[in-house]
Amino acid sequence: MKGKLTNVVGSSGVQSFLASLLSIFCGLLVGLIIMFIFNPANAFAGFVDMITGGFSSMTYLGQVLYTATPLILLGLSVGFSFQTGVFNIGVGGQFTVGGLTAVLVGGLIDLPSSIHWLVAMLAAALVGMLWAVIPGVMKAYFKVNEIITCIMMNYVGMYLTNQLVKDLHYDRTLVASKYIKKSALMPKLGFDKIFEGSSVNSGLYIAIIVAIIIYIILYKTSFGYGLRSCGFNLDASKYAGINEKKNVMYVMLIAGLIAGLAGGILYLSALTKNLKIQETFLNETNYAIPIALLGTSHPIGVVFSGLFIAYITVGGTLMQGKGFPVETVNMITAVIIYFAAFSLVFKQALGKMSLALAHKAGMDNNANAEVKSSKGGEK
Amino acid sequence: MQVFTFILRQMFNFSIPLLLVALGGMFSVRSGITNIGLEGMMVFGALVSITFLRFTQDVMSGQLQLLLAVLIATASGVVFSLLHAFASVNLKANQIISGQALNTFAPAFSIFVARILFGEQIILFKNTFVIEKVPVLGDIPVLGDILFTKAYFTTYLGIAIYFVCAFVLNKTRFGLRLRACGEYPQAPDSVGVNVYKYRYAGVMISGALSGLGGLVFVVPNSTNFNSTVAGYGFLAMAVMIFGQWTPIRIFFSSFFFGLMMTFAATYSGIPFLATLGIPSNYYKMLPYIVTIIALFFTRNSSRAPKSEGKPFEKGMR
Repeated sequence: MKGKLTNVVGSSGVQSFLASLLSIFCGLLVGLIIMFIFNPANAFAGFVDMITGGFSSMTYLGQVLYTATPLILLGLSVGFSFQTGVFNIGVGGQFTVGGLTAVLVGGLIDLPSSIHWLVAMLAAALVGMLWAVIPGVMKAYFKVNEIITCIMMNYVGMYLTNQLVKDLHYDRTLVASKYIKKSALMPKLGFDKIFEGSSVNSGLYIAIIVAIIIYIILYKTSFGYGLRSCGFNLDASKYAGINEKKNVMYVMLIAGLIAGLAGGILYLSALTKNLKIQETFLNETNYAIPIALLGTSHPIGVVFSGLFIAYITVGGTLMQGKGFPVETVNMITAVIIYFAAFSLVFKQALGKMSLALAHKAGMDNNANAEVKSSKGGEK
Repeated sequence: MQVFTFILRQMFNFSIPLLLVALGGMFSVRSGITNIGLEGMMVFGALVSITFLRFTQDVMSGQLQLLLAVLIATASGVVFSLLHAFASVNLKANQIISGQALNTFAPAFSIFVARILFGEQIILFKNTFVIEKVPVLGDIPVLGDILFTKAYFTTYLGIAIYFVCAFVLNKTRFGLRLRACGEYPQAPDSVGVNVYKYRYAGVMISGALSGLGGLVFVVPNSTNFNSTVAGYGFLAMAVMIFGQWTPIRIFFSSFFFGLMMTFAATYSGIPFLATLGIPSNYYKMLPYIVTIIALFFTRNSSRAPKSEGKPFEKGMR
């Protein structure tokens, strides 16, 4: 029994999972404490609303899936880059320019509805990819830190998007882009019947398919093996003959592509979804890093952590009835990221615990062996 | 002439917060801790100090109130930055992630507090801090118009802080040790300097100056705080990198970036720029593009501290 427990706690996947759960638990706890300090009367009821809201009706469940779609994709973009030793913190820009492309293609061009959404979505992914070219080239061939170039590209992307919306497709009264054409909407594929009143659409399938593709690339191909080995130990990989420059380029391009795709899908998902002129990034892009971290950068883990963040986000909208703003969820997510940054410490603690258990189990075994051998001696 | 003084006056309002925050970031990076949480620290400092202004606006006003707000902004920035210091120094956590956590937390917390305390997201306050004309100095031709009329004392404070920072970093024992901790922490460690302490100090100075920068960003430009500092923390990071982590270059690049922001905010009122007809978004983009280009050209001569972002384990070789 003890031996089994040791094996389970000892495996690094389980340790990562436990570390994520611990981060989530700490984040929720700190969130509850802050809520309690500012509004003790309603804190507990509001918290319960947030935790249970996502399951309270089919519409809300649909909204969870709808909210999760871009989140999963953004988490995949960041998580994929993490695994390969690149830090794609530029999803803000890639997502925004992707969204812009989708809005422009969906709103300005006339195409039959069977392919319009597809064209707009693919164009969004392509432009997202292009936005990652500069950080990629700078990192791969000129050794410039990708984190800083990514942050700079985020702001360039944001201001450029605001300007192009104003120039090309602007609605003055809404201070936002005009709506897209009906033919450019993502197909619902019957989701609207199951989850009445929610905006969930075929984008969800795309997100899951992308997760599976990333999983296959990373774990089932030699290309992905090369990418991951660069993440583990760059020098050893170079010594083994892996072209790390090319790999960095591929990683940035793929990560940008996925982030652009996320932007495209979000803005093609509902007729009333327009690109607002604002000088902040959407929450979705702030969640990308926490989702990747909570999912331990593993594609399957990212799908679940994306669903989790979407779940508490939807629950958070219900909390308003108890006098708590939606931003409470952002705050809790921030605390979760903060604790996720400690996950290494958590993992080390778990590792020590499993070692201690193993040691104990080993002692027991030795003791048994000694007893046996001494018995043998008697014979 | 009037336009000229107007531009320069505006430029000071935009540049001083950039200067303060970039100097703060410099101390953190030079001690070896990457700090992308500057934006969050700015928001937090602004939130606490503006809330103070709002609560005390009926009993006090003018320079005394602003001075107290300055102290509160600085102190709250320090407290908030301790989260980053603890994560990156003691727990050796990923510094980018910890910084990003602060950036995500502060605006959300700010909206949360504003909604619960005041019932709305925007915190309004009475702005009674402008100095119409400094006696004597305000009568100097040209310079008096630019620097000493319709001014805020935070501008002078910011410039004074610049000189203090440059002196502390380059001419004191503290500064030398701090820089050593960012370049090659094993060396100061081997002669008994506590690297953790200096790294804590670096992050706390960045928190203090960012918190102050948050207040200085809000006060001269408006009479409300909307839980955001409009990306100025990241712009300050660009200033710091463009300034190659040295005080004097940071000083000049903050004024250059501040001028770009002035153009973006006021170009329609400036005859020369209005005829050019370039929309404000392009001026706002320019500092970021310039920074990317600068990164490209300084890639081999970059003066980034050698141990930036690398956790230090005591006794490590």
